[in-house]
Amino acid sequence: MTLQTRDVSWRRGGTLVLDGVTLRPEPGSTIGLLGPNGSGKSSLLRLLQGIARPDAGTVALDGIDLARLRRREIARAVASVTQHADTDVDIVVRDVVRLGRTPHRSALGGELARDERVVAEALEHVGLTAKAGHLWHTLSGGERQRAHIARALAQEPRELLLDEPTNHLDIRHQLELLELVAALPLTAIVALHDLNLAAMFCDTVVVLQQGRVVAAGPPADVLTAELIAEVYGVRARVSHDDGSGRPTVTFQPGPLDRASLHS
Amino acid sequence: MVAREQGLAQQGQALSTKPLAAAGLTLGGIVLLAVSVGVAVTLGPADVSLVNVRDILLNHLGFAEIPVRISEDAIVWQERLPRALVAAACGSGLGLCGAILQSLLRNPLADPFVLGVSSGASTGAVLFGMLGLGGGVLGLSGGAFLGALVAFGLVLLLARFASGGTSGVILAGVASTQLFSALTSLVMFAFADSDEARGVMFWLLGSLEGMRWDDVVLSTVVVTIGAIVCIASARTLDAFAFGEDVAASLGIAVARTRVLLLVLTALLTATLVSIAGAIGFVGLVLPHAARLLFGQRHARVIPATIVLGAVFMVWVDAVSRVAFAPTPLPVGVGTALVGVPVFVLLLLRRRGRA
Repeated sequence: MTLQTRDVSWRRGGTLVLDGVTLRPEPGSTIGLLGPNGSGKSSLLRLLQGIARPDAGTVALDGIDLARLRRREIARAVASVTQHADTDVDIVVRDVVRLGRTPHRSALGGELARDERVVAEALEHVGLTAKAGHLWHTLSGGERQRAHIARALAQEPRELLLDEPTNHLDIRHQLELLELVAALPLTAIVALHDLNLAAMFCDTVVVLQQGRVVAAGPPADVLTAELIAEVYGVRARVSHDDGSGRPTVTFQPGPLDRASLHS
Repeated sequence: MVAREQGLAQQGQALSTKPLAAAGLTLGGIVLLAVSVGVAVTLGPADVSLVNVRDILLNHLGFAEIPVRISEDAIVWQERLPRALVAAACGSGLGLCGAILQSLLRNPLADPFVLGVSSGASTGAVLFGMLGLGGGVLGLSGGAFLGALVAFGLVLLLARFASGGTSGVILAGVASTQLFSALTSLVMFAFADSDEARGVMFWLLGSLEGMRWDDVVLSTVVVTIGAIVCIASARTLDAFAFGEDVAASLGIAVARTRVLLLVLTALLTATLVSIAGAIGFVGLVLPHAARLLFGQRHARVIPATIVLGAVFMVWVDAVSRVAFAPTPLPVGVGTALVGVPVFVLLLLRRRGRA
């Protein structure tokens, strides 16, 4: 039992952004959410966080509908790293990570020693221990993303939701970040644009198109030239020859020959 | 590994000494405030010493029967002490409002004055006090209270529909300030004589002239309630640092928190403005001063703002009272003279970072 959706549909501003999506992640696995812009990846993540409610279907944590849980209870099990979470506050990295303890604390404080230990471990995990005393606005993009992940880890969640965490990062930081996420002992659901990164680090990929799941399964099975042409509308070659069992996608210029797709 | 355990042990020690340090700071703050009020009361044209102030206080609290001059007693007990206490309550209360607004709206420039609440109050004062709208039941203070609430609601609504992010609120505040100032001017030009106009200037500039003990009771009660709610909400306010989505993912009931704290801010501002007029820039500057001195965590920022706000206002009021004696300077002029340069510094600092 984990965080699951059953047949959820969600209408935002008149358009159907999610249409009958069912998601049952294997506990402890890393799931990649793929699909072009506007396909419903971010919307699905919002529903999974319980920030918004679906119009139909259910999102459930351990079999209990999120709508029936308190925000605090959800936050103790589900942590998320959203896009563009920035601040003007002159806050140091350690205090950013400490925010992750919010759902575990009572109004009067709680277990301070344990909180400090969890925060220290989270900083260690993302390699930011040396920067703990630095101000947020002095960090690089990659460091900010890692600080957010440390903040999420300090929540001690079982589920981690990430919305395009590799945006604006250079290739080394993209690889480091996803390696970190994939190695975490929790269920991670990651919205991604880069198909090769998804192929490298995800156990399962779920492909969305106009709010529907059009394919799901191990990357080697799902990521085919036909699917990429169908969903993204581009020509690609998928090779399986680097010996890792993971597919590699190479894109090709020029218009898509639609006729050959449907033949 | 050993080094790390030592580090953790040291952190543990630091944590156990924290309550002591916090208690010391709180005590220090209270002493500072008491001394400030005491000294402020001695200042002014009639010469009153600190010993006189102590004797008069002891007499009135029923601890002693020390003979003092009746004129001194009247000046201290009827005039300067209530005035200093209302000043303290206004400083704390407006500071709290600024701290809440800056955190919830995620804009370091937010405060009740900038958001046009005080211009709303002056319009309310004019409409109800001068034109006698509502059958004269409300009067200037009641009108100011209503006007402040209406202006606050309008700005938040505008900001919500404009969805301009964190700067949308400030823009809405500027727009509503202009609107209410124009309305006030319109009514004053059309209907007011010069006496009435002077009465409205009271709301525009802020003044602590003629404070009575019922003003002290009202402002102290309201500010105390506000302070308790804010201190209890300190962690929640921290969680808003990265916006509402992150706050929600940290387990905060965002909508409920927003409504509770914004309504609290509106009532607090409206009450204080109806008592003392539109005292500008205290709400803007004091939370920033508290953050500079004690860091960003609201568990420290809120108590620090309460103490600093009170002490700051007591002194600004005392100085405005004596600096141009016998003509008293409206306290709002004093706070603005200090506040505006700080405001400009903040703007420059933000630009330097962008």
